[in-house]
This record gives sequence, structure tokens and C-alpha cells, in this order.
Amino acid sequence: MTLAGLSLAYLRDRALNTALNILLLTLSVATLVILVLFSSQLSERFERDARGIDLVVGAKGSPLQLILSSIYQVDVPTGNIPLATVDMLRSDPTVAEVIPLALGDSFRGYRIVGTEAAYIDHFGGIIAQGRVFTGNHQAVLGAQVARQTGAGLGQKFVGSHGLSGDGHEHAETPYEVVGILAPTGTVLDRLIITPVGSIWAAHGFTPPAAEGAAEAPAHTGHDHNDHDHDGDRHQDHAAEDHDHGAEGEHAAHGGGELEVTALLIKYRSSMAAVRLPSFINKQTQLQAAAPAVEMTRLLSLLGVGIDAVRAFAVLLMATSGLSIFVALYSALRQREGDMAMLRVMGARPPAIFGHIILEGVLLAAAGALLGVAVGHGVVAAAAATFPQLQDMGLTGARFEPAELAIVLAAIGMGALAALIPALKVFRVDIARTLADTR
Amino acid sequence: MTTTAEPLIEVRDLRHDIAGRCVMAAPAFTALRGEHTLLLGPSGSGKTTLINIITGLITPSAGDVKIDGKPMSALPAAQRDQLRRRTIGVVFQTLRLIGALSVRQNLALAQTLALGRSDPALIDRLIAQVGLTHRADARPRELSQGEGQRAAIARALCAQPALVVADEPTSALDDANAVAMADLLLETADATGATLLIATHDNRLRERFSRTITLAAPGVSA
Repeated sequence: MTLAGLSLAYLRDRALNTALNILLLTLSVATLVILVLFSSQLSERFERDARGIDLVVGAKGSPLQLILSSIYQVDVPTGNIPLATVDMLRSDPTVAEVIPLALGDSFRGYRIVGTEAAYIDHFGGIIAQGRVFTGNHQAVLGAQVARQTGAGLGQKFVGSHGLSGDGHEHAETPYEVVGILAPTGTVLDRLIITPVGSIWAAHGFTPPAAEGAAEAPAHTGHDHNDHDHDGDRHQDHAAEDHDHGAEGEHAAHGGGELEVTALLIKYRSSMAAVRLPSFINKQTQLQAAAPAVEMTRLLSLLGVGIDAVRAFAVLLMATSGLSIFVALYSALRQREGDMAMLRVMGARPPAIFGHIILEGVLLAAAGALLGVAVGHGVVAAAAATFPQLQDMGLTGARFEPAELAIVLAAIGMGALAALIPALKVFRVDIARTLADTR
Repeated sequence: MTTTAEPLIEVRDLRHDIAGRCVMAAPAFTALRGEHTLLLGPSGSGKTTLINIITGLITPSAGDVKIDGKPMSALPAAQRDQLRRRTIGVVFQTLRLIGALSVRQNLALAQTLALGRSDPALIDRLIAQVGLTHRADARPRELSQGEGQRAAIARALCAQPALVVADEPTSALDDANAVAMADLLLETADATGATLLIATHDNRLRERFSRTITLAAPGVSA
């Protein structure tokens, strides 16, 4: 039995008090750990998905919505824009790359993105099986899509209208899986990639392009197709080879200009950043949104909430520090006789001081480590329960350096809480204590 | 260690004042190894003060104490603690067993503090000697007064100190138990080779000890 063993014995001796103090600290540490995991993993994910994209061009509406829908594939698109915009921007010398996106359909909750092979390259996607699409009605599956749906090469599937997966099915234009991507850790993992032409075809024919805000469960009331038609239809797709077979089915779309949902743009020169957004925003149908600006705005909005929760967690931690202090202080008052006896048995004051500090540190360390475990458990459980969080790339299996700082801070606080009670050992009058406390 | 010829306790001209008032004045005496000594005196005669000076817990106002040849009262605090740790075991009337630990763990802690290691075989032997084998894993609060007293004696002896100091070890006991306790102290001390110094106002113990020092209440003696 050593003094360290005695520290443990004292903690065990008042087990309920010890457990409550550990619980209190566990809660505050877990809250902080959850915050750290959420904010670091989400902001990293945000950053990774938006890397290399300088500007997003889409239909007028909320710029944040445009960014969320076209980069992160989480919100509903703002609407559609004329296909002509692609050529207009590609001819701009300050623009390095334009990747068109046609959104609006999904398969079992996974979004079907009509785009070009450059989209896959942008995220560093590597074909794990099969090949990249070469024509319409061919699809390349993201790693997560392939895993979750169990789809293999050569299999056919039918996209459904809308992004929620309960829209009507485009049964007449099935897709064939021609390739499966290796995991990238980006939004690409949960997308189904196909040529833009497939989306046009799925929506009946060449003319009406991908339907942007296609959350409507069925093909009713597609009024958004009506307001941006300028009469000069079919102008851009003369060379396109589209399947008109289903045209009757999509009569509601009857004759529209070819459209896409959004364009991802990389600048060639910094001139573009100065000129392009204002130029685009002057167009009646278009808006330009910079991912960096919008995400900063979003994070600063979320940041207020995160700061509030963090302040609460820190307050909770201070409370648990105070609780450890009160527990040790009152316990040591009752143990003054023990302390005097330890001195009589030959223990030096620094050794007893260390033994009391150790008691605070053991409490804090138990609470801190338990808090980290609970924090990761909660994040893992949240990711397992809510698919959206998993889509965001949230995982309980990754540790952040900031957690070490939290654990050290908690342990330091435990030591600090024990400090004042422990200092008493240097002042205790052994003879008087032994005489008094009978 | 030191030679056996040197007295284990040597007290000379010892006096202690608190706030200018003399609370204890001890006659000069020595105790050799194996010379069990009874320190008798009425309440207020300063027995506990003398015990505290001998064990190095307080510094006397005048005079000096040598324990095993070393000047306890003149040593700096750290060396005083070391001398006490190595040479002296203490039994208090209030026992001061550590409540969070079992009897066995109390002994193990005392041993580790004194020797830097614990000797389970010796602990078991001592527990058996004081008749607590069946209570070895009990907490102090689960023990009777007599059992607790025996545990405290075993603890004082478990580092095999040269000197065991007991302050009023029998005052809470009835006649039969007081004598039995004194016998147990003498027996276990002899078994471990320790010398006893027992401070008491309990005349029942007088017949058990060949050597008695009497402490008079200060102001009365001179």
C-alpha cells in the first residue's frame, strides 16, 4: 500500500461522491469533445469538397443555397440556367474550367448528377471497377453508393424524379452502371455520375433540361419551365444525340431550352475574381456565388451557436472543477487526523501533498478520459443514426489534437482544485490535530 | 545501526512552555534497549507533550532528547521525520487507523512509509499475534474498540521499530482488558525486539512494568 494506493482507496471509500464528480466532468468533457469533432470534421469536409472551385454559377436565389446544392449536394437547387451560359463562360479567357451540373433526380436517395468526366477528375476520383461513361444512360457510382445499394457493373437502375427518392420513376430511361469509383472522402462518394445528356433524356427529350428544384414528388406544376423560355428553343442541342422516345410522357415540359442546374468554375487568373461575379450577377437569370465567402458566412452563423455551446461546456467544466474542490476540501477536513497520522508514520509533507493532488488528478483524469470516450461514442452514434451526418463525413473514429488539450486542461483543473486542500498539509499542526480530533 | 550500549531514549532537562506558561517539565531519564518504561502522571502533567517531543512532533522550549543516539529535538524537520520513520512506532488512544483502508492495508501503508516496501509475511504474522487474523480485511469502523486497539498495536510494530511509544493505550478499557492490552503490548514488543514507552495515568499497568518514570504536573514538582 503506497500513498498513491491510498489516494485510490479514499476515492473508493466515498464512491458515490467520486462517481458524481467524475460524471459531472465527463459531461463537460464530452460536450467539448463533441463540439471539437463536429466543427473540425465538418469544416474540413466543407473545405475538401469546395477545394479548387472558385465560383458557382446558378439560377438566381439564395447564394448559400446554390453553394449547398451544387457543391455539397445537400440543399435543393435554386433553379436552372440556360446551357448557353456554359459556352459563354468557356469562351472567357479568365476562366480555366467550367463543369456543368444537371441535378434533380436520384436513386434510393443518392443524387444523380449529370455532368462531365471532368467532375470526377476534379475530386481526384479513380475508377475502381469498369470505366468512365462514354454515352448517355451510363452511370458511374460513387464508392458509398455502390456499397450501400450493392449495385455492380452492368446492372441497370431507374432514377426517380426529385432528390428525396419518392418521386416518380423515369422507367423508360434506365441507367447502366459502367464504372464504380474508389472512395475519395468527398461528396463524390455518395453521387451517381452520368453525362448531362442522360438527365435531359430522362426528362423526356432534348429540350427541357434537368429540372433544378425538382423536389416536387411528381411531374406536376413545373412552372419553373415556363418563365425562362425565350422562344429560341433547341438552339444548343442540335448536335446532341438525344432519345426523344419519351417525349410524350413528359409533355408538360413541352419544348424548352436546354438547361443545366449550375456551373462549377475555376479561374485562370485573379482578374476573374474581380470581374466575373459582378458580370454574372448582372444577368437577369444568373447569380454567382463564391464558396469561400458563403461557407465563411455559414460557419460564422453556426459559429455563434457553437460558441454558445462551448461557453456552456466550459462553464460546466468550471463547475465540475469547483465540485472536485469542494469534495476534496471537505474530505480533507475529515481526514486531518489521517494526515497527521501519516506524518507521524514518517510521510514527508511533499509526499502527502502529492498524494492529495493525485486524488484530484485521478478524479479529473477518469472524468476526462470517460468524457472523450462518451464524446466519440455520441458522435459515432449520431453518425450511425442520421445518414445526413454520415454523408457529411462525420465519424467517431478520428481523434483531434484539440482533444488532448481538453484532457490536459481537465487534468490541470483537477490538480488546481486539489491545490488549496493539499497546501494545508504544510500548515497542519500535527500535535494539535492529534490532540483535538478525538 | 548503533551499539546496544547506547541508550535508546535519553532525556535531559526537558521543559516545554506554551504562551509563557510551563506545560511540561520532565525529569532526566534514560531507557536502554529492551527496557520497557511506564510514564506515569496525572492528567495535565504533560505526558502527551513529552511523547510529542520524544517522537519529534514538537520542539521543546528547553533541554534535549536523544533517540538512538541522535538529537531528535535538534534535527531539522526532514531528518526528524526520517528518524521517527526508522525508529519509532506510535500507538494513540484514538487509534488513528485510516478508515478507507482495511486492517491489513493500514499495516502495509505504515510499512511502505517506513521502509519503502511492504512485507506481507510479517504483516500476517503480526495480525496473527494480536489475534485479528479473522478481521484482517475489515475496515476500522467495523472493529470493536479492543480489536481496533490491537490493530493499532500491530501497525506500530509492523516496521519493526526499535521504540514503540503508546499514549494512553488502555484508558478506555476495563480492568481485565487494560491488563490484557498491556500484556499484548509487552508480548509483541518482545517478539519484535521493540522497546516500549507507555504514557498513562492508569495505575493498573504499574505492576506490569519494572521501570516507571513519574511526571508531576508543572509547578507542583519544583
